[in-house]
Amino acid sequence: MSQVNSSVEGSMDVLVEVTDLTVGFGSLRAVDGLSFRLEKGAALGLVGESGSGKSTVASALLGLHRGTGADVGGSVRVAGIDVQEASDADLHRLRGGKAAMVFQDPLSSLDPYYAIGDQIAEVYRVHARVSRRAARARAVEVLDRVGIPDALRRSRSRPHEFSGGMRQRALIAMALACEPDLLIADEPTTALDVTVQAQILDLLHTLREETGLGLLLVTHDVGVAAESVDEILVMRHGRAVEHGPVDTVLGAPTEPYTRDLLGAVPRVDVPRAPSEASSAAQEVVLEATGLRREFGRGKRALAAVDDVSLTIHRGETLGIVGESGSGKTTLGRMLVGLLKPTAGEIKPGGGVRPDVQMVFQDPVSSLNPRRSVGESIADPLRARGERDEESIRGRVRELLERVGLEGAHYDRYPHEFSGGQRQRVGIARALAADPRVIVCDEPVSALDVTTQAQVVALLGELQRELGLALVFVAHDLAVVRQVSDRVAVMRRGRIVEQGPADEVYDAPQDPYTKQLLAAVPALDPQVAARRRAARRELATT
Amino acid sequence: MSGFGGFVLRRGIGTVITLLAISVIVYVVFFVTPGNVAQITCGPRCSPEQVHQVAQQLRLDDPLYLRYWHFLQGILVGQDYSTGTSVEHCSAPCLGLSYQGDQQVTQLILAKLPVSLSLVFGAMVLWLIFGVGTGVLSAWRRGRFTERLLTGITLAGVATPVFVIGLVLMIVVCGQLQLLPFPQYVSLTDDPEQWAWNLLLPWLSLALIEAAAFARLTRASMLETLAEDHIRTFRAYGVGERSIIGRHALRGAFAPIIALNANNVGSAVGGAVLTETLFGLPGIGQELVHAVNVVDLPVVVGMVLVIGFFVVIANAVADVLYAVADRRVVLA
Repeated sequence: MSQVNSSVEGSMDVLVEVTDLTVGFGSLRAVDGLSFRLEKGAALGLVGESGSGKSTVASALLGLHRGTGADVGGSVRVAGIDVQEASDADLHRLRGGKAAMVFQDPLSSLDPYYAIGDQIAEVYRVHARVSRRAARARAVEVLDRVGIPDALRRSRSRPHEFSGGMRQRALIAMALACEPDLLIADEPTTALDVTVQAQILDLLHTLREETGLGLLLVTHDVGVAAESVDEILVMRHGRAVEHGPVDTVLGAPTEPYTRDLLGAVPRVDVPRAPSEASSAAQEVVLEATGLRREFGRGKRALAAVDDVSLTIHRGETLGIVGESGSGKTTLGRMLVGLLKPTAGEIKPGGGVRPDVQMVFQDPVSSLNPRRSVGESIADPLRARGERDEESIRGRVRELLERVGLEGAHYDRYPHEFSGGQRQRVGIARALAADPRVIVCDEPVSALDVTTQAQVVALLGELQRELGLALVFVAHDLAVVRQVSDRVAVMRRGRIVEQGPADEVYDAPQDPYTKQLLAAVPALDPQVAARRRAARRELATT
Repeated sequence: MSGFGGFVLRRGIGTVITLLAISVIVYVVFFVTPGNVAQITCGPRCSPEQVHQVAQQLRLDDPLYLRYWHFLQGILVGQDYSTGTSVEHCSAPCLGLSYQGDQQVTQLILAKLPVSLSLVFGAMVLWLIFGVGTGVLSAWRRGRFTERLLTGITLAGVATPVFVIGLVLMIVVCGQLQLLPFPQYVSLTDDPEQWAWNLLLPWLSLALIEAAAFARLTRASMLETLAEDHIRTFRAYGVGERSIIGRHALRGAFAPIIALNANNVGSAVGGAVLTETLFGLPGIGQELVHAVNVVDLPVVVGMVLVIGFFVVIANAVADVLYAVADRRVVLA
């Protein structure tokens, strides 16, 4: 009797129960025998690199694979509904009503043609039998709840009139509209700047405290998970690698893969391993003074970069950090010569040749898919007038081997390579012209952390051997700290702070730099909680 | 809405420039066309003196720029024409006199325009209903038998010439079943009911062909929208398929439908020659073909300008509707 009781009680408290879940797309097994439970009001982080199957699990919780031809096995129970067996009507009641999902890209996740308030009202009316007017009022209420200022007026705006952070808030508002028991957040902050990310994570935290909402957070960013959840489940190849309380998994991981994953995460609070090049680096290779670049004309002119001066020395790495719209990419492009400055000048130090090359962010779109990688790498050689096919091939082979690929890869095409390998090809192409400076524009932001660490290591190695100067443009403060000798922090086209990396990170002077650093998610949950408290204090005072 | 006022002004200026350019091109093309206009106008049995007289009357001996200048003058302030015996005044938007029968081109066009506009706008309503309806239905029933059937029908529709459909309709409806009399144009102001009954078959035959293109476009844009992320959002919130199709996916198809519709309306005003000829409707298209055959330069230029005017206006209207349909579009 007592046993029956406890099992009934148990099932009352369990919000999500996934047993032996498998999801297959054709011959590919995206999820392979995964089981976990989530209690009411608890928060679980599904952490894994791309292709680990974490987003597929999130979709399976809402039965979104139904009708898509995916092969789903095992059982999924969410809020007492068996997702596999449920009727379409029950499934529709579950979706949004009991479990609501917040997606990654808040711009594309809302209908561009309708006002945000109307979209929330529409969703609300699916689950609540209320009038249009009442639903609209509910929409304003939840928008206000997630911190949209002037919610009544802004509820009439369309998604493109909102900033990225506000759109994500609007999506969270939509999720809250029907008061679900479970919030499934699939990479909710990946498209956002670090300060906005902190605001969104804080918002989720507050909502959980106030409403007792259960949270399933899907993310590739261990730091984001550490901030927000009680338990972590590390996924790889569709299977659970390690599962436990967040302190244990992050503090004392038992599985080698978890350890590798954590080891690869760049730390913002740890100084970079000292590099021997930095002390000897006094020879100036590139000097920029008073750089300014405007876009648009007349009244609409906007200065993307305004009065920026930089000096880059041989063998050093200058990190340029900033949020989106800070002008860091425009600056990088001017340094390479892809954009002409509106004012100011760029002088090569000593030498006559500017010889600056670039490595781009997106390794997929920055390589021509219809040409072999060897041909792409050979472009700078040919551009310099090299005509001898034998020596071009020889040099390209050498470069491929130099970046950790094989000479025989010459005739392969970009789609045959992984993201990290493609970025290596991009680096080889930049090296082909024998540059003295390489500007890397977000070179690792599209890569998984373990791949990220490998590419960063490769850049460091090349720098030491070839005496290259690197300009490392990125939004990720931790990555920049781990690669840079000196750091420049950009905001609204200007450099607000510049100096040796450790000084900028350990004793930031500018309030904006302080704000940025406070927003970086910490791997240690206790540190994260302290930072959250500090942010709250900052916000209230 | 100062942005809108500015838009109308810029569009107005653009329209005038476009029409001027069209008129110059048409003038030049006809100037270099072989054939003695005076001879053709006068007829094969005219003596050389008579031909010469006609040429003078028509000012054919003037240099081209002078004739063009007179033409522009006529449009802006009107023109007096001597017909040999009397002087005829042709008031302000004067597009000249027809070489055939001395009729004023403006009058001629005004007489033909209601026929063409009746045909086009009536057909437009039908092609939008049939085309968009079919498109929505095939997007909704995607991957099923209904969709394949509709796709087959629309493909056949795109491939069928208008005179085939028109002929078949006429033979079956008017000939075999005798449901309707053979169409004969009745003015809307004279008898609205007869107007509609008589235009029903022309409307249908023009609309069925055009509807096929709209069906394909609607289906394609809706399927494209259905693959977008925001559709996934609404699915994940339990929104039903009917709302997703009717509210969200269809909305994404508005802009291309508006663009195609403007294009089709604009060009059908002068381009529905086959339909007009088949059903004996005395519209612009038919008259234009006739005027080209007899080298009636003033009529051709006048008609081409009017048609050009409709194309430009239709596109301007489309731009406004576009901006209304998608608030992200800025009128410029």
